[in-house]
Amino acid sequence: MTTWLVRRFAASLIIIFAVVTLVFFIIHLAPGEPFLPQGESYVDPAVTQHVREEFGLDRPLFVQYVDYLRALAHGDLGESFAERRPVSEILAETIPDTLVLTGTALAIDLLLGLVLGIYQATHARRIRDVLLGYATLFLSSVPTFWLGLLALLVFGEWLHWVPVGGMSDPVVHRSLPWLARFGDDAWHLALPALVLGGVGAAGTARYQRAAMLEVIHQPFIRAARAKGVSEGRLVLVHALRNALLTFITLFGLSLPFLLTGAVLVETVFAWPGMGRLAAEAVFRRDYPVIMAVVIAASVMVVLGSAVTDLLYAAADPRIRVHDA
Amino acid sequence: MIAGAPVISLGAVAIALLVSLEAQRRGIRRAWGRRFFQHPLAWFGIFMVTTFVLLAIAAPWVTRYPPSQPLDIIALQNRPPSLLHPLGTDVYSRDVWSRLIYGSRVSLSVGALAMLLAVTIGALVGAVAGYMRGGIDAVLMRIVDVGLAVPRIYLLLLAVALWEHLPLVLLVLIIGLTGWFGTSRLVRAEVLALREREFVVAARAIGGEPGRIIARHVIPNVLTPIVVSAALGIGNVMLLEAGLSFLGFGVQPPTPSWGNMIADGAAQLATAPWSTLFPGLAIALVVTSLNAVGDALRDALDPRRYRVGDA
Amino acid sequence: MNEPLLSVRDLKTYFVTERGEGIARAVDGVSFDLYPGETLGLVGESGCGKTVTALSLLRLVPEPPGHILAGSVIQYEGRDLLGLTPGELRAVRGAEIAMVFQEPHASLNPVFRIGDQVSEAAIVHQRLSRRAARAKTLEMLELVGIPDPARRIDAYPHQLSGGMLQRVMIAMALICHPKVLIADEPTTALDVTIQAQIVELLERLQAELGMALILITHDLGVVADTVDRVVVMYAGRVVETATTRDLFAHPLHPYTEGLLRSVPRLDDPRRRLAGIRGQVPAATGWPAGCRFHPRCAYTWERCVADEPPLFERREPGTRDAGYARTARCWLLEEPGRRDDRHE
Repeated sequence: MTTWLVRRFAASLIIIFAVVTLVFFIIHLAPGEPFLPQGESYVDPAVTQHVREEFGLDRPLFVQYVDYLRALAHGDLGESFAERRPVSEILAETIPDTLVLTGTALAIDLLLGLVLGIYQATHARRIRDVLLGYATLFLSSVPTFWLGLLALLVFGEWLHWVPVGGMSDPVVHRSLPWLARFGDDAWHLALPALVLGGVGAAGTARYQRAAMLEVIHQPFIRAARAKGVSEGRLVLVHALRNALLTFITLFGLSLPFLLTGAVLVETVFAWPGMGRLAAEAVFRRDYPVIMAVVIAASVMVVLGSAVTDLLYAAADPRIRVHDA
Repeated sequence: MIAGAPVISLGAVAIALLVSLEAQRRGIRRAWGRRFFQHPLAWFGIFMVTTFVLLAIAAPWVTRYPPSQPLDIIALQNRPPSLLHPLGTDVYSRDVWSRLIYGSRVSLSVGALAMLLAVTIGALVGAVAGYMRGGIDAVLMRIVDVGLAVPRIYLLLLAVALWEHLPLVLLVLIIGLTGWFGTSRLVRAEVLALREREFVVAARAIGGEPGRIIARHVIPNVLTPIVVSAALGIGNVMLLEAGLSFLGFGVQPPTPSWGNMIADGAAQLATAPWSTLFPGLAIALVVTSLNAVGDALRDALDPRRYRVGDA
Repeated sequence: MNEPLLSVRDLKTYFVTERGEGIARAVDGVSFDLYPGETLGLVGESGCGKTVTALSLLRLVPEPPGHILAGSVIQYEGRDLLGLTPGELRAVRGAEIAMVFQEPHASLNPVFRIGDQVSEAAIVHQRLSRRAARAKTLEMLELVGIPDPARRIDAYPHQLSGGMLQRVMIAMALICHPKVLIADEPTTALDVTIQAQIVELLERLQAELGMALILITHDLGVVADTVDRVVVMYAGRVVETATTRDLFAHPLHPYTEGLLRSVPRLDDPRRRLAGIRGQVPAATGWPAGCRFHPRCAYTWERCVADEPPLFERREPGTRDAGYARTARCWLLEEPGRRDDRHE
């Protein structure tokens, strides 16, 4: 087990290292200047040169690379070009805000999707299943940002059930007692989380339904039925335990999402998360922030993959994490 | 010509109807065709996609107005749907129906081409890795790991931001190049399984060279995951392109794409929802159809059911 | 003769095929009795409907696409199994009538320990505590001959061999001491040496626990050793019933004759392997007239035109005068035609 962990850790480091290198060189070698948001055409070259010197961008590329790696090893992610403050600070602010949204959305996604998938599988081919199937198909094919816009229109503008964007009321928030503050946050969170979670749940439900159906037709289910086990127990204990393996894969694949956020939905709802941060950083050519975001994302992906493998091994007795 | 636009549009729909009915008639002759059409949405999916494709091809004849030309800046700004403008006009006084149809050309072709690129690369890499195994496999799969380590949307953002103005060809290329990793893993798994089956072993035994074996024996049998990947992949790519265009990074205005149409209409969502509603609806319909077809294909071509021979 | 424990009359189980090719009449009017404590062999090639018959007994046939026609009767201890509510049916399954399936690897849940799977029936039916059930499981595992049961009880299915898994399945089926055990091809998926062991095990368990056993197989060798009476099936119907001794000594139906002749014999090595010409027809299209006639060595016009009923024959000197022999063949009415054998 320890050997596996060590090897996995080493492999993950290599992948992250490769990602860092790749992204670094892509950014620095591609055409375009930092500090010049897209569209701006002319700046006095002297100014450009001065700014480049100030940020050390005129040094040889390899030197910049090594410096970056060295700083990274010390946990220093550099300083944002646009905001002139440490990237780690920016991330520290943004990550919790992201987690609030993505955590809630993921919870809705996985729980609702699981329940729906099981429900559909147990009523397979009947009207309920067919209609739900159409609904999940449509919902998982819809552009989330468009759905978000429409939801904002209907529930925000027309019905005034929810505010039209932002994470909290910009004016009043700080002066509210904590319970009201929590309510204000929840009120703002509801729609984006529901949109993200709903679309995700549709996809998860489709996956889970298929997984359950596959298991339900296996011979061991019939053998258990022949023992006199109730249908409910057959589904919720015998079948689900097997279909859980698919679910674990889904869960693992969704972990990176916690940190990377949802670029499009955050933009639509003006939610200050990592996704929106990434989009803005890219727009402003803020290299350090871009690098940091990409590194964070790959760390999550690699972590998610390792967690998935561990959970899978725990859940499926046929697979054990061997040293082999 | 211009007055006949509605008639030609209906004609296109009718042709799509005939084509899909004929496809069904021919399809159910084969076992997999019957399984495919057992899914009620499969036929609908084919019909929808065919309709959109035909309308896109016949764009000049099914639209009355040019897509990117403001018509009457004052009188025709943000007009709701009417007889002359069946889907209304947008904030720049352009006919929404026109932009939708011409936009479909962009969105559909970006989707199809990028998917084609991704699936081809993925299939080749997967097949080679699975068949050759050893060092080549290890290297290729490491590359796949790295490719999968960064969420695709970030890769795309990264790529599109580095160029000032992204030509459409480059957009297709980048979307395609960032999308082959998953397919390669699927194909590799199939190939690994296939490799040990009798007919491949036999081909190796009589001294066939790897290239030939891959091309003639392996690839035809791994078509299932490839085809399913493709059908589901186009939908994915279309959603990505729409997202990018919405953010301003993809297809640049004034060229219409369903994504940037949604962006254009977002500001006046409350007063003129149709300019955002219809492009999004179009995307939803096409992607739903593609997903329905992809699902039905996956069930129909399921190798486990298909390989009846080796019970 | 005592009363039959299980009585099947005119059982019909049909399937709607997915390609719209029509209806598969997998079981098309099967009747037989099972007496307490006896071993009944249900014999036939694949496609004859024996497995579907077994599944129908416990109503394990998936409802679409299959269904048991009205008019079928399955009586167990006087109750009609087909008229039971789901709850009543569940009480019968596993506790009164139990079943062992063909593929031991596939019939056990891969993510649960075998001990838990064996205990489950006892917990469900007898409401035993987990500890009591576990003790019982250990007993059963020992009874079926699993070495080192205390350790194996916590094993997962993939850790055991096919033979062991089959023993586990048998333990799983018998833990509630049912009165009937249906064994569907229990040895087909196993190696020959293991087959013998399993058959021996079933015999021994029957002697010790006293249950009736329906042994479904296509292997006449297994039948010869262990079974009291044989029911031969073909094309969804019963074509012959007899005691084992009578069947082997003196088969009445040409199909049975063919089956017996096709068993290779060690004492006659130079004889060519005999088979029955032709193939089992598909359940969607049983032949007209006698269903066996296209493959029969004695066919004449009557066989093509009319399907024979199940004739009863009480032959003098049969061992058990209590049961009649039956055979579904016109030869029983026109025995002279037996000399008219044509290949």
